[in-house]
Amino acid sequence: MKPIWYFVGLVLVAMGGLIMLSGIYYLATGNYHQTVLANLHPEIWWSGVMIIVGVVFLILSRNMIVE
Amino acid sequence: MEAIGLTLVDWIIIAVYFGFVLGIGLYLRRFTKNEEDFFLAGRKNSSWVAGLAFLSANLGALELLGMTGNTFKYGMYVAHFYWIGAIPAMLFLGLYMMPFYYSSRIKSVPGYLKLRFDEKTRVLNAISFAIMTLLVSGINLYAMALVLHTFLGWNWDASMWASAVTVAMYVTLSGLMSAIFTEIIQFFLIWFGLFLVSVLGIVEIGGINEIFARIPEAYAKLWSTSADPTQNGMMVTWGGIVLGLGFVLSFGYWTTDFLVVQRAFSAKNLRSARMTPIIASFFKMALPFIVIMGGLIALVLAKDPSSGFSLLKDGGKVNYDSALPMLIARYYPPGLVGLGITALLAGFMAGQAGNISAFNTVWTYDIYHSVINKKASSEHLLWMGRVATIAGIVISVGTAYWAKSMPTIMDYMQAIFSWVNAPLFATMLLGMFVKWITPNGAFWGLLAGMGSSFGMFLAVKFEWISKSAITLSNVASDMAANFWRAWWAWLICFGVTILVSLFTKKKPEKELVGLVKGLTEETVDEPVPLLKKPEFWGAISLLILIALNIYFW
Repeated sequence: MKPIWYFVGLVLVAMGGLIMLSGIYYLATGNYHQTVLANLHPEIWWSGVMIIVGVVFLILSRNMIVE
Repeated sequence: MEAIGLTLVDWIIIAVYFGFVLGIGLYLRRFTKNEEDFFLAGRKNSSWVAGLAFLSANLGALELLGMTGNTFKYGMYVAHFYWIGAIPAMLFLGLYMMPFYYSSRIKSVPGYLKLRFDEKTRVLNAISFAIMTLLVSGINLYAMALVLHTFLGWNWDASMWASAVTVAMYVTLSGLMSAIFTEIIQFFLIWFGLFLVSVLGIVEIGGINEIFARIPEAYAKLWSTSADPTQNGMMVTWGGIVLGLGFVLSFGYWTTDFLVVQRAFSAKNLRSARMTPIIASFFKMALPFIVIMGGLIALVLAKDPSSGFSLLKDGGKVNYDSALPMLIARYYPPGLVGLGITALLAGFMAGQAGNISAFNTVWTYDIYHSVINKKASSEHLLWMGRVATIAGIVISVGTAYWAKSMPTIMDYMQAIFSWVNAPLFATMLLGMFVKWITPNGAFWGLLAGMGSSFGMFLAVKFEWISKSAITLSNVASDMAANFWRAWWAWLICFGVTILVSLFTKKKPEKELVGLVKGLTEETVDEPVPLLKKPEFWGAISLLILIALNIYFW
C-alpha cells in the first residue's frame, strides 16, 4: 500500500492550493479581510510553504510501497 | 455570538479533511485482513510512523486549547507538562521498558500484567482502563461540541454526531492503521494550522525577547520561583512538580497508558519500538512553541489596551480556553481560518479514534477473550473488534449527553488519570525490575493505590479533609492537589505491593523469563551504528531537555 507520507503530501498540497487560490483571489479583487498583519499576506506565503512541503512528500514517496 | 466566522473556502477545507479521513479508511480496508492488522496495524510501522502517532495520540485539541489558556493563567510553568512532565518518562519507556513490552509479543498493557502476574490483575486493569477510556472519549466529544458551539456557533448535536460517525466509520473499517494514519495527518495539520499564530504574534509584538520583557517575571520562569508556592501562578512547589508531575503522573501516563503505548507496539521490530517514544520526545519538546508561545502572546496583547485583544467571557468569568481561537480570529484571513479550525477538528477526531482503538483492543483481548469467550477464533476476534468500535462510539455519545446534562462531571475528569495510571506505574515498575514481586502483591497494591487516590479525591472534594493535608503546603491549586494525590497513590501502591509480596507465593522464575530484568537477556537489539542507537538519541533528547530548563530557569 501507499505509505502515510504520500497522503500527508496530498493533504498539504490540496489544502495549501485552496488557501493559495483564495488568497490570490482576495488579493486580486482587493477585497481581503482586515485581520492584524493582513499586509503581510500570510495566507499566500504560508500556503506556498505547505505546497512545497507537500510536493516534497509526494516526490519522495511516489514509488514507495509499504508491505 | 461566535468568535470566528467561516467563509466558503474555510468550509471547503473542512470538507476536504472529512473526505480525506473517510477515503483513507476505505483505502486501508483492503489491507486489513486479520486481527493483527486491525489491532496492531500488522506490526509493520517504521519508528517515524509509530513515533509521530505516539505523540499525536496524546495531542488532542482540548490539550491545545487548555494548555494555551493555562499559559495565559499560569505562565511558563505550563511548559513543565511538555518537558520534565513528559520527556524523562518517554525516554525511560524507550530505553528500559520497551524491551519487556515488545519482546513478550503482548497485544496490550493488561496483557503484560497477565504474563507477569495473573489473570485477576489483568482484568482489574483492563476494566479500569476501559471505563477510563470511554469516559474520557465521551467527555472529549462533549467538550468538542461545546468548543465548536462557543467559537463557531455550530449546532451542538450536528457537530458531535458528524465527528462520532466519521471516527466510527474509519476505525471500524481498518482499526489501528487508520487511527495511526489520521493521527499523523493531524500532526502535520496542527503544525501548519497553528504554528503560524505564534509566528504572527512574535512579529506583531516585536520579537521573543519583547514578549518576555512584557510579562511578569513569575510568568517567565520555570524553576526560580518554585521554592515558595505563593511566588508562582500555579501555587505549586518544586517538590510537587518533580514528584507528582515529573515522576508519578508523567511516568504513569507515558509508560503504562495503552492509548499511547499501543502505537509503539505497532512498530516493525524492537529497535523501532524503542525509537518510537524517543523520536516523539523531540516533537513533544517543540510543542511549547505553539501552546506556550500562543498563551504568552495572548497575555501580552490582553495587558495592552491599545491592542484591542481580550478573551471571551462566559457569565462574567474569563474563558481561558478562548486564547487560541481568539488569536486565530485576530491573525487568520479566510482559508487559513479553515486550516486552523481543521487542525482543531483533526485533534479532536484523532484523539477520539485513539481512545476507541485502544478500547476495542483491551475489550477484545483482555475482557472478552480473557473472561467471556476464551475459545474465540481469530476471525471472531476481528469481528468483535469492529463491534467494540461501534459500541465504544455509542457509549461515548451517551457519555457526552450525560456530561451535557451534568457539566460538573468535567471536574472529575481532571483527576481520572491519577486514579488509574499513577498506581499502575508502581505495579509496572516493580513488576519489570523486581523478580520477587508476587501476583497477589500486584493485585492488592494496585487496588489499594487506585482506591486511595479516588478516596483522597472525594475527601478533598467534599471537604472531609483540607487540601493542605495532601499538598503539605498552606497554599495550593487544584492542579497542585492532582500532582500530590498522584504521588501518594503511587507510594501506597508501591508499599502495599512490596508488603503483600513478602508474605505471598511467588511465580516460578522460569515463567518470568523475558518479562523481568535480571531474568531477561541484556542484548536487546541487533548491532547497529551509533547514529541508529536508541541510547544515542535518548542522550541527545535529554541534553536538549536540560538546556531548555537551564535557559528558562
